[in-house]
Amino acid sequence: MRITLNGQKKEVQADPTKPLLWVLRDDLGLVGTKYGCGQALCGACTVHVDGQAVRSCQTSLDDVADREVVTIEGLSGRVAKVVQTTWRELDVPQCGYCQSGQVMAAVGLLSTKSRPSDAEIDDAMSGNLCRCNTYQRIRAAVHEAARRLGA
Amino acid sequence: MNLFKPALFNEAQATRRSFLIGATAFGSSLIVGFSAKAEVPQAGSNAHENPFVGYVKIASDDTVTLYSSQMDMGQGIYHGIATLVQEELDADWGKISVVGGFGNTALYGNLSLGGKIQMTGGSTGIFSSWERYRRAGATARVMLVEAAAQRWRVPVGEIRAEKGVVRLLSGKSATYGELAVEAAKISVPSKVDLKDPKDWQYIGNEALARYDSGPKSEGRQQYTIDLREPGMLTAVMIHPPKFGATLRSFDASKAKGMSGVVDVVETPRGVAVVASGMWEAMKARETVTVEWDDAKAENRSSGDIAAEYRAAADRAGEAVATDIGDVNAAFASAAKVIEARYEFPYLAHASLEPINAAARMNADGTLEVWGGHQMPDLHQAVAAKVAGISPDKVILRVMKTGGGFGRRASVDSDIVVEAVATAKAIEWKAPVKVQWTREDDMRAGRYRPAFMHKMRAAFDDKGNLVALRDTLVGQSISKGSVLEAALVKNGVDRLSVEGIVNQPYAIPNVRVDLTTTSSPVPVLWWRSVGSTHTAYALEAFMDELAHAAGKDPVEFRLALLRDKPRHAAVLRLAAEKAGWGTPVPAGRFRGVAVAESFHSYVAQVAEISISKSGLPRVHRVVCAVDCGVAVNPDQVRAQMEGGIGFGLGAILKSRITLDKGRIVEGNFDGYDVLRIDEMPSVEVHIVKSSAPPTGVGEPGVPPIGPAVANAMFNATGKRIRILPFGDSEKS
Repeated sequence: MRITLNGQKKEVQADPTKPLLWVLRDDLGLVGTKYGCGQALCGACTVHVDGQAVRSCQTSLDDVADREVVTIEGLSGRVAKVVQTTWRELDVPQCGYCQSGQVMAAVGLLSTKSRPSDAEIDDAMSGNLCRCNTYQRIRAAVHEAARRLGA
Repeated sequence: MNLFKPALFNEAQATRRSFLIGATAFGSSLIVGFSAKAEVPQAGSNAHENPFVGYVKIASDDTVTLYSSQMDMGQGIYHGIATLVQEELDADWGKISVVGGFGNTALYGNLSLGGKIQMTGGSTGIFSSWERYRRAGATARVMLVEAAAQRWRVPVGEIRAEKGVVRLLSGKSATYGELAVEAAKISVPSKVDLKDPKDWQYIGNEALARYDSGPKSEGRQQYTIDLREPGMLTAVMIHPPKFGATLRSFDASKAKGMSGVVDVVETPRGVAVVASGMWEAMKARETVTVEWDDAKAENRSSGDIAAEYRAAADRAGEAVATDIGDVNAAFASAAKVIEARYEFPYLAHASLEPINAAARMNADGTLEVWGGHQMPDLHQAVAAKVAGISPDKVILRVMKTGGGFGRRASVDSDIVVEAVATAKAIEWKAPVKVQWTREDDMRAGRYRPAFMHKMRAAFDDKGNLVALRDTLVGQSISKGSVLEAALVKNGVDRLSVEGIVNQPYAIPNVRVDLTTTSSPVPVLWWRSVGSTHTAYALEAFMDELAHAAGKDPVEFRLALLRDKPRHAAVLRLAAEKAGWGTPVPAGRFRGVAVAESFHSYVAQVAEISISKSGLPRVHRVVCAVDCGVAVNPDQVRAQMEGGIGFGLGAILKSRITLDKGRIVEGNFDGYDVLRIDEMPSVEVHIVKSSAPPTGVGEPGVPPIGPAVANAMFNATGKRIRILPFGDSEKS
């Protein structure tokens, strides 16, 4: 199976029905993408496929054949840099386990909406659980990143 | 878990601790905190990298490694310990990292427990570390300065040490790393002075960024699930579907022929399916058939248990936790009696990283066990026993975890048993990581025990609150565990009644009695432990009493907190900042609660509206906290924000349900928790204090439930007495 992963073309030898999450983690060693539920209920496994935030636990390898997959390890560009810097400066993470998914979702949001409202943040991010409940800072960091990107 | 007593809040241990500080040179580094009297000797030959023997290691490349007595599940204790050391050491902050220590109770024992056991829990991390780690930092600094004095042949008074560099006024300088080897040869000072609080630069510093926010924002933080040791296999478990069932037989013939499957083996806690990866293991698991012996299993449903608890709550409790004054007489002569029963479900911790651990037998006979080791002494002993080796051969790798909330402090070391037993069952031929799925994590226990409180109060003919009685019914966390002797006295588990047995209100007659139930359903501490239910019952009931007395809920409480200045101060502060007593925006309603847990005091005012579903929508929470010295104010805020969200999700939506012994909820569809669209705006006010620091990991949780319930009453006139709120609506 051929995919483009973090900007590089890659030939992957794995069961085509295998969830992308486990291909990334177990076959390719990219463990920044996390397992939380396996049912697309928590968002910890969020990656970008052709620029869209998707749940890699419910996306099979053959779903991404010949498509562009970006994981937290391959995140690049201005939006990503600003989001991650803001995340760090606002001390968003507690345990940090969900934050790869949160960052992927936030970058996905800010790549399409330059100044999201609270309601738009809720829409885009309510599928990403944080059991430490860092939501207040996630919201603040998205707004702050939007402000910096617009400046 | 509130394991420590206020009596331990003194300086008596400081002197005993100080002689444990020693220093040694390992390779080219200075390690402070060496103790020759390690209770469990070190394993492994690479002693200079060995974390058993120190608090602070300064290497010649200027990196500073701190060995933490506490594990970090996100609560930020590594950052707290780094702050304490840094305050006295003044290294290059950017070069500090923290790893988990273990294996030496003399060095790492939790001082809230008299230093007798290493344990993370009960919000004790900062309390236990306060003197210990500042002293370690100060000791290292004194030795570095002395080394420089000897090298340059100048008096120590001419030397300054800051930001990782030792300097002379003349301009001569050396980094801490360059001096580390010489410093390690200096005799350890028997006494070091700690800074005057007015000179603190790091403690209480708002601007100090948490040192691990970068890796956690970039997907670089490694957790147990991420381990990829050479040849490491992944195993998933098949646990008994009913608690208390035992394995009769299993048929894995199909699984064993599947791609990637290595073996299917029996462990003391179920069947382990071992494969090359998680997906292969999960697929193979579906084909394994297992027969269980349900003879001793839990077969009841939640409704049956609740009915039994209600009946028990109507009788006197089987044990008396406290009995002050003459409760019977006060009720007999009461002008008015108020009663209410509050019902609390089982709750899962549901940390986002499902439970896991990994084990590897090394060629030299040492056993490495990776995991979120919250009680390392116990885990080490258990791992050794399961492996059939001596404890000194066990090396625990303490990993940061994706949440915890109490779940990783299982006193029977459940996941450690599974990892070691599985690796052993495949004859140690490869390292094995046992990884639970979300469904395993939800259904294999352990839970905040279901509880019921029957509350009664008596007013005299002048309207004074003269008696309070609480009869509790629920399972004991400590009973049957190694902690029973310490925590269960006269039939009362302290963890069942904390928060109510020490209730703060000036009421002359108080009785708390308890019926402890039993079930194979395993229960455990869950962020704020007993106070998850006792504070709700007490504070929701106090609101009912204020209403019955025709008094403002804040004024009613303050009048009864006359002997409790710290409770009263946070209550006043939260009320003032929330604008208590001033008009609320249209459609909004306020509720208030105050609770002390783990020696920290928290009051919260919740501002809600009622959504179309009839459930409250919480818009704003004003929180006041007194935790003594706030070592990391921004992390105090973070823990209050997080604790409020954690508690709020639980009271609104979460419960674990039994259906004929089986757990119904399996994932986040059935077990719902708070999401970003339900998170209120949280405003935290920290009381300035010079008292020794106490914990903040748990104390943010207890007040939020009753504060919201009390706001709900103001909005609808309805009291929420069955949790979660969604279930109360249905009842």
